[in-house]
Amino acid sequence: MTPKEKMAIPSQAMPEQAPLERAHNMNEVALGFTAEMAKTEASRCINCTNKPCMQGCPVAVNIPGFLAKAADGDFAGALAVIKETSLLPAVCGRVCPQEKQCQKFCTMGKLLKDVDKAVGIGRVERFCADYVRENGLGDKVVCAPATGKRVAVIGSGPASITCAADCAKAGHEVTVFEAFHKCGGVLVYGIPEFRLPKSIVQHEIDGLKAMGVKIETNVCIGRTRKLIDLMEKDGFDAVFVGTGAGLPKFMDIEGENLIGVFSANEYLTRANLMKAYLENEADTPYWHGKRVAVLGGGNVAMDASRMALRLGAEKVYLIYRRSEAEMPARKEEVHHAREEGVEFLMLQNAKRILGDEQSRVTAIECLKYELGEPDASGRRSPVPIQGSEFTLDVDTVVVAVGNASNPLIPATTDGLEIDRRGNIVVNPETNMTSIPGVFAGGDIVLGAATVILAMGEGRRAAAGISAYLAK
Amino acid sequence: MNKIVAKKQLSENVYRMDIEAPLIARERRAGQFLILMVDDSVGERIPLTIADANPATGTITIIFQTVGATTIKLSKLNVGDSIAAVLGPLGKPTSIRGENGEAPGHIVCVGGGIGVAPMHPIAQACKAAGNKVTIIMGARNVSLFVMEEEMRTIAGENLILVTDDGSSGRKGLVTDPLKELCEAGGVDEVIAIGPPIMMKFCSLTTAPYHVKTTVSLNTIMIDGTGMCGGCRISVGGKTKFVCVDGPEFDGHQVDWDLMMKRMTAFKPIEAAAREHVCNLYKGI
Repeated sequence: MTPKEKMAIPSQAMPEQAPLERAHNMNEVALGFTAEMAKTEASRCINCTNKPCMQGCPVAVNIPGFLAKAADGDFAGALAVIKETSLLPAVCGRVCPQEKQCQKFCTMGKLLKDVDKAVGIGRVERFCADYVRENGLGDKVVCAPATGKRVAVIGSGPASITCAADCAKAGHEVTVFEAFHKCGGVLVYGIPEFRLPKSIVQHEIDGLKAMGVKIETNVCIGRTRKLIDLMEKDGFDAVFVGTGAGLPKFMDIEGENLIGVFSANEYLTRANLMKAYLENEADTPYWHGKRVAVLGGGNVAMDASRMALRLGAEKVYLIYRRSEAEMPARKEEVHHAREEGVEFLMLQNAKRILGDEQSRVTAIECLKYELGEPDASGRRSPVPIQGSEFTLDVDTVVVAVGNASNPLIPATTDGLEIDRRGNIVVNPETNMTSIPGVFAGGDIVLGAATVILAMGEGRRAAAGISAYLAK
Repeated sequence: MNKIVAKKQLSENVYRMDIEAPLIARERRAGQFLILMVDDSVGERIPLTIADANPATGTITIIFQTVGATTIKLSKLNVGDSIAAVLGPLGKPTSIRGENGEAPGHIVCVGGGIGVAPMHPIAQACKAAGNKVTIIMGARNVSLFVMEEEMRTIAGENLILVTDDGSSGRKGLVTDPLKELCEAGGVDEVIAIGPPIMMKFCSLTTAPYHVKTTVSLNTIMIDGTGMCGGCRISVGGKTKFVCVDGPEFDGHQVDWDLMMKRMTAFKPIEAAAREHVCNLYKGI
């Protein structure tokens, strides 16, 4: 087929649950392609010479390579190509901001002058991973002969899962330490079921176990055991720190400690990890907010506002101080949130939260903003409009303005260098920290970032660990 | 893991359990707490203080009161059963006077109700660091005292018992002898652990005498590692997380009223859950 003929192939729409139906259940919103749709979508790739999509991918997945196989219906072969560089395609296919990465640079999108008409790379990726998982087609991972070296992996989010898998493949004996009672990190406590089914995360964890990785839940390194003791007393030869960005930021405004104000972490963890939405089964209560304000414009803010609808909210405001164009959230999540009935209040920001005599939230006072000059991030900075205050009646406020690095490991590990934001400093080529044999990666190094970047970090650290252990 | 090796009912609603938890027993220091789940599928995570630990046997001791669904379920477990999840030790250890170079002094430990349990390792450590330790134990009535003998071992004749109804020791409130001790002078530090209202009034009692007053807080939390922020309180006008910044704070700086209100956030739901669990066990 010529590029022109390929341009005529319609881009395949993702089948989805109807907006008003899904806003009241926890099931996955995007239902996934059929095999036919996946083949058709993959066949839209014109296999252009300079492969700009790959440059847009943080881990440089061989995108045209896997799309060619998928177009032929060889989904297992396609997945094998993806897995050369990405360990978590079922997750990344769902949560990567493709419109800012691979699909942003897709030639098809450029030809059709619409990034939304780029090849649906993420959707095909997701299909391949789901197809192989659901049909039990995955090859058994073959690990290298045992090296006799022991690696401790702290945390079990995307960076840690990747590092653990690669270390196990390299023949090291790996133990994962997770503070929570369940593995998966942000994939299980943060990202909701309706966006990333937990069975997919569990499949990845089961994959680690099948490779011989030991999993120790309910162990908080830094408290239950000091990091240094793992190496000096427990016989680990290397340690990977993948403890993430688990320290919620607040706005530092009046009323933020009122009852009914939650960090997005708490709000989502109650519903996701603790299963509070199963009201008659779960012991953890959730907050029965009817009128909810969510502060922020990232994926977490979208997740929280959509979760609020599913937990019975009648009105959900998403309050963001810049305009929609600056929102860091994945485009599809913004679209889904709006479809489900979240009301977007752009160029507005919370000034203070008001409460009653019981210290329960009654309202939020906001200020309107306009866009000024671009700031350090390149985004036009919002400037408050004096005297534009207005009040919204709400009973719940969810603060989703980001996370800082979890300080527990640095605070309990002498000699571990951190930067002024609290992120662990690493050698960019090996991901080794200031302590020999201790590596780090993911959000604890990058600050709050994405799953795929965390995965890339875990992979680089695993390579760094193997090189270090070979010395 | 987490097998219950001993269980004793101390009063109508108070239980003591020794649990196999060698990692926690080895690392825990006075003042630290743990988070446990009775069911790690749909159970809830609750913080409990560690009353004692034995690194040699690898066991820890918890003392808890049945106040909600999870503590009721916990109380129904028996020796040989395992607790689904136990995470700890969490929080910063108590800074014990005399352990870091400063001269030992006179420390008054005030324990209210089962607040005596978390006070036990702290009082022990204070004593071991060479301090004079006075212990005030308070309860509504004599049947609610826990660990009286252990506390007497530490404080000897400097153990003061106070009950609301006079059924043991003095009739009155723990703040009565506390005020007298402050009045008499020579108190270097007060450590108060118990119901929030007691800690608040202990702090108010000591404030005029400018006696350093440390309190140990037990707010609503989920992860216990700084991730959720549900446990946050206001201390000296600044937001602090009880799980990682505490659990101990300067009682004179804590915004008690806000903290006590925050602890009621889920009260109606918790009450319904408690009712539900009680009915379940009634049926058995």
